[in-house]
Order: sequence, then structure tokens, then C-alpha cells
Amino acid sequence: MNFGFSEEQELLRDQVVRFITDECPIDVVRTFEPDTNRALWKKIAELGWVGLTVPERFGGSGLKWVDLTVVLEETGRGLCPLPLTSNALACAAILRSGSISQQKEWLPKIASGSVVFGFGLYDEPNWIDKDAITLDASDRITGTKTFVSDALLATHVMVGVQTKNGPALTMTDVNAVECVALNVMDRTKPAAQVSFDQVQATVERLLPLSDADLDYLNSCGAVAITAEMVGAAEAVLGLTSDYAKERIQFGHPIGKYQGVKHRLADMFVDIESFKSLLYYAAWCVDDATDELSQAASRAKATASDAFAQIGIDGVGLHGAIGYTAEYDVQLYLKRAKWARAMFGDSDFHYDRVATLGGL
Amino acid sequence: MDFDFTPDEEAFRTEVRAFLSQNLPPRNERSGSFMRDWLDKVRAKGWVGFSWPKSVGGSDGDVARQAILKEEMALAGAPPLGTSFMGLAWVGPGIIQYGTDEQKARFIPDILDSKVTWCTGYSEPNHGSDLAAIQTKAERIGDHYKVNGQKIWTTGAPYADWMILLTRTDFNTEVKHDGITCLLVPMKTEGVEVRPIENMAGDRHFAEVFFTDVEVPIENRLGDEGKGWAVTISALANERSSIGEVTQMFGKLEDLKQLVRGTRKQGAPASEDPLVRRRIAEFETKIAAMKYNGLRYLTRQLRGQPLSSETSVNKLLRASLEIEMDDFAVELQGQEGVQFQTQTARWARSSLSWPNVVIGGGTPNIQRNIISERILGLPKD
Repeated sequence: MNFGFSEEQELLRDQVVRFITDECPIDVVRTFEPDTNRALWKKIAELGWVGLTVPERFGGSGLKWVDLTVVLEETGRGLCPLPLTSNALACAAILRSGSISQQKEWLPKIASGSVVFGFGLYDEPNWIDKDAITLDASDRITGTKTFVSDALLATHVMVGVQTKNGPALTMTDVNAVECVALNVMDRTKPAAQVSFDQVQATVERLLPLSDADLDYLNSCGAVAITAEMVGAAEAVLGLTSDYAKERIQFGHPIGKYQGVKHRLADMFVDIESFKSLLYYAAWCVDDATDELSQAASRAKATASDAFAQIGIDGVGLHGAIGYTAEYDVQLYLKRAKWARAMFGDSDFHYDRVATLGGL
Repeated sequence: MDFDFTPDEEAFRTEVRAFLSQNLPPRNERSGSFMRDWLDKVRAKGWVGFSWPKSVGGSDGDVARQAILKEEMALAGAPPLGTSFMGLAWVGPGIIQYGTDEQKARFIPDILDSKVTWCTGYSEPNHGSDLAAIQTKAERIGDHYKVNGQKIWTTGAPYADWMILLTRTDFNTEVKHDGITCLLVPMKTEGVEVRPIENMAGDRHFAEVFFTDVEVPIENRLGDEGKGWAVTISALANERSSIGEVTQMFGKLEDLKQLVRGTRKQGAPASEDPLVRRRIAEFETKIAAMKYNGLRYLTRQLRGQPLSSETSVNKLLRASLEIEMDDFAVELQGQEGVQFQTQTARWARSSLSWPNVVIGGGTPNIQRNIISERILGLPKD
């Protein structure tokens, strides 16, 4: 029985924390551009983080999603806009659904950092289902994928399409498509609308998706986003607790008053809960895939609602200062709103928990 | 990360299961002497006071085996391992940590053998959550203390043999936590009067206890004079960790799902109602969170890192679950939910007994104080 991180994993965490502090602190986050991304991506490729879950035979580090969770928690804590989740999902899709030759072609390039994927599964904004993938690839791909994460930071996009044989993912060079930036509330999660015009959909560029594959991939997405939410929510709790110790009203730090301190205690309880659920789900990705759907849904459902409230209360407990653009806590509120529906909101995931639990 | 126990630990689990299949007949097949036999048998196995040192009659059971034993007992729906819940949960551990050798020899065997039951004299009419402000007075006179005052909400007092009693021996200390002294008092002592209080479920488990010139010999003092608060703190910590019983809650959840499957709402099966489904899923998820929180804390203990106040997390989760699950079950059944004569009356009854768990051992707001002050470092109020 060992439900904790190893020494190596703690060292990895320290390394990521140092990187965020030195290379991607909040002023860099606020002004992040594709150029910033290119420079930093090269550095984290050298550190081995972009190929973390790529097997060693394909040039990666051969680690697991539990290790990836450590990285994503810390990048989430710093709201780091590097497209690590899109990249990790592309790896997961190629490893699960790709042929040997596709794996040989793509994984080493991902691990070296020369290929970076933007990622978009669904065409419907609030529907997690294979039928929500409608971009037509029965012949050549023509149409628009409205929500593609990180497309403008990527060399390629991996998006959901419908082929004659059912849903699949296409891997397409960004130069073959038109990417138009979306104006996303959370600027640290850039996304684009990607238009395809008669783009070839050859077998070599398609990853077929069975129902189980799609379920797996959506669960991985939920795990990745929730890992970032853990770090981000802890950042809100830290910022707000520090403020509550310093801000004096009625002659005392406001953290002395139960209306403030009890809400902070409840935040701690919520974060502990979705953190524990997340760690188990991350472990399931590699070591208990049959339990992944349930574990991922439990984690994401809890995190979606809890972090949304933490974002709101983080701003609210600061009072007017929290409302200013200059103060960082509002950035986390925006992340909470962005993350809430990604790969399924709490309604979707709780209903899946009910079904998997026999109702 | 891995969730496997070692082969030795798994062998222990097998041993527990084998014992249970041999010695735990279904509820309706248990004879009148079942409970006494059960207590003797689990005692003979060394499972009562399993974590306690061998020197006092325990088994030095390690943290992993403690968890396995608890889990298997709960899975099988086994009765308690002793008749004195408080004796096993915190009075015993308190005596082991703070008692003299004479006290250990005198009190521990009777707790292990289920010969005595204990109650806990902490709360007073004016001092419950603010426990350190207690006023029950103990005056040192020669070789004994003379106790005067009143306790209240004392669970088990109507049938307990002994009480662990918190008194004040010094009224002039700067800090209210000093000046508290812990005494071990036989309930049959002259001057001790117990008046049971009926709770909202109609039970009489707790009581007011009055002390009038009660003489308690000095050898019954647990810990040093004026140092009773340390004993109390360790007892409450034991209480917090011993109440979180995830397996039992998963069992209750299954019963709740069964209720949902057999219930109709607005003319349709309740199991198809999106809000019903969501509530059940929320309960399940919260219990799972308790489980994995517990396993993370267990891992810390296995690595030799002492737990601090994290146990308050599961205590808070459990408190809300206890209230919400029963409340949901009662509401789901509509007018039938509030009847005491139905087959499903257990939900109506348990919806009136949550304060045992929710208030006993520190109210939710006290747990929030503990988390915000000890973990988040916010100022004390």
C-alpha cells in the first residue's frame, strides 16, 4: 500500500516548480505569445517533460500518468499556458489507437519537441459523445472545428472527425488548415477555430476511435484538466489565506473571523477530496484501465464544481482588490470557468458515476 | 504508487476472512450467547486493542494490518470488538500514553476483556465546543480529590462503569488550558448522580451527570495535575481518526441505491430521475474521496510521518454525508419517509441520530477551526 509520490516524483515536482519560478512566472503568463511558447517548449523538451509518457523506445521518458500529474499540478498552479495537456492527449491517442508505423512516425517527434499538437475532440460545445463529433471526413475533410485547444501554439492539430468507418482523429499540419484565434475568457488556455478545405484524410493520418477508445481519451482529458485544477485551486487557497492573515479589519486580520476562516477550511476539504480522487484516477490510466472511467468521472465531477466556487470565493474574500485586473486571483477564477465543462461538466460526470454504480 | 498489500499482509486478511466465515453467523441465526462468545474469540485472536503494545495485552498490530482488520470487519458487518467503544477508542490509548504502570495493569485488561464500559465526562452545560473552559472543580484534600460540578451530554453514562472526567484544579491560570486535571471515576461512587436525557430519536443514551463532594483517590488521576488538556487532545485526536469508517458508508450507499431502485417518483422509476441519479453519484463520490483521503493519510503513517489535523477532513465529509444520505432517503419516500412502522423505517430513524457522529468528538465548526488554524495557519479566534 503506497498511495503517495516517490522520491523521484518529488524531485520532478521540484524541477517543475523551479522552472515555473524562473522561466514562466505570472508576468510571463500574462504576456504569453506563440514566440514565448516556442522558446519554452524547446527547454521543457530538453527536460523530458513533453515526452514524459512516450515510451523510451520512441525517445521518451517512459513514465506514467501519475508522473504527468505531478507536472500538470505545478503548471496548473502557475497557470502556465504551455500546451502540455493537448500534447499528452495526442500521445495517449497515438499510443492507444495508432498503428506501429504511426507510433514510430509521430512519437519520437513529439518527444523531441519538433511536433506539437493542438487538440479538439467535439464539435458540439456541451455534449460528450461520439455523436458530438461531426466534422466530415468520409472523403476529404471539409468543414470547421470550432474549439481546438492550443492550435496556435502547435505544428499540428489532432481533431475528431467522422469517417465512413466511424469516429477517428486526424493528424494535420497546421499549414494545411486555417486557424483563427478564439477570444477565450481564460487567456492562458488559447484556442482556435480550425477550418479544413478539401484536406486529405489518408489512413496514415487517421487514428480510428472505438467507443472504448473515445471513453479512454475523454477520461484522460478529464484527468489532465483536473490535475491542473488541483494546483490552481491550491494557488487560490494560498493567495486567499495569505491575504486573510494580512488584511486588518475591525482591528483584526480577517482570517480570524469564522465567516472567512471556515470558508477557507471548506476549500481545503474540497481540494483534498478532488486531489485524492484525481491521484487514484491518474493511477488507473496506466494500472487499472477498467476503473478509469469511474475514477476520472468522480475526480472531474468534484473538481468542476468545487474549483468553480473556489475561484468565485477566492475573488470574493479578497474584496475589491480581488476584482482588479492587476491582482492574480481573478486569473484563477477564469481558469475555473474554462475548466468546468472541459471533457464534461459535473452533470455529465455524475451521471456517468450513477450509471457505472448500477443505477 | 501501488494499492497492493504485501503477501504477509494479504495472509493476515485471509486469516481474518476465514475467522469471520467460521464465527460470524447471519444476524437471524445468532444465539443468545453469540455476543459473549464473539467477544471472547476476537479477544483470543488478539484483535481487541490490536494496535496497543503487547506489554499491556495488545498485539502491536501495525498500521496496515489495523486498516485490513477494520476493513474486513466492516465488510462482513461484524459487531464491535468490545463492549466499551470509548474504552477502546480513546480511554485505553490515553491510559497507555499517560497512565502509570499501576493504572495500566488496573484498567487495560478490563477494557480488552469487555468487562467494563467507559463514558467521557467532558462537556458541561456552559462549556461544550469551548472545552478548555470547563468549571467542574476538583480540590486536592490529602490523598484524594473532592469533585463538585456538572457534566452533560455524557454518552453512555446511564450504563457505564467508569468515567474519564475532565476537572479544573486551578482557577487562577493565565491560560485556561492549564489547570485542567483528568480523573478516572467509578460511576458508582457516592455523590455521582446520573439523569438520562431523551434524545430526538426517543433514546436515552446520554445524560446529565452531577458531582456532589465526590471523593476520587489520587491514584485515579491520569497524567499530572494541571496537565489534563494534553490527555484530552490526544483522546480527541484518537476519536477523530476512529470514527471515519468508509466501508460502512459504502454499505449504506448500496442500501440507498436499493431503496432508489424500489421507489417511484412522479409516476416513474426514481432511478431514472436525473436529480436522484446525481444525488446518489455525489454521495458515492464523496465516500470515495474519504476512502482515497484515508489511503493517502495511511500511506503517510506507513512512511512514519505523523498525522496532524488531516483527520478533520474526513470527519467533515462524514458529517455532511451522515446528514444528507438519511435526509435524501426520507425525502425520496415522500409521505412514507416519515413513518416509523414501514419496512424502510430505518431511514426515518437514522435521520434522527446523526448528531452522535456529527456533534460528538467536535462539531463541524470546530473541525473547520482546527483545519484553518493548524493547517492553513490562520489566527485563532
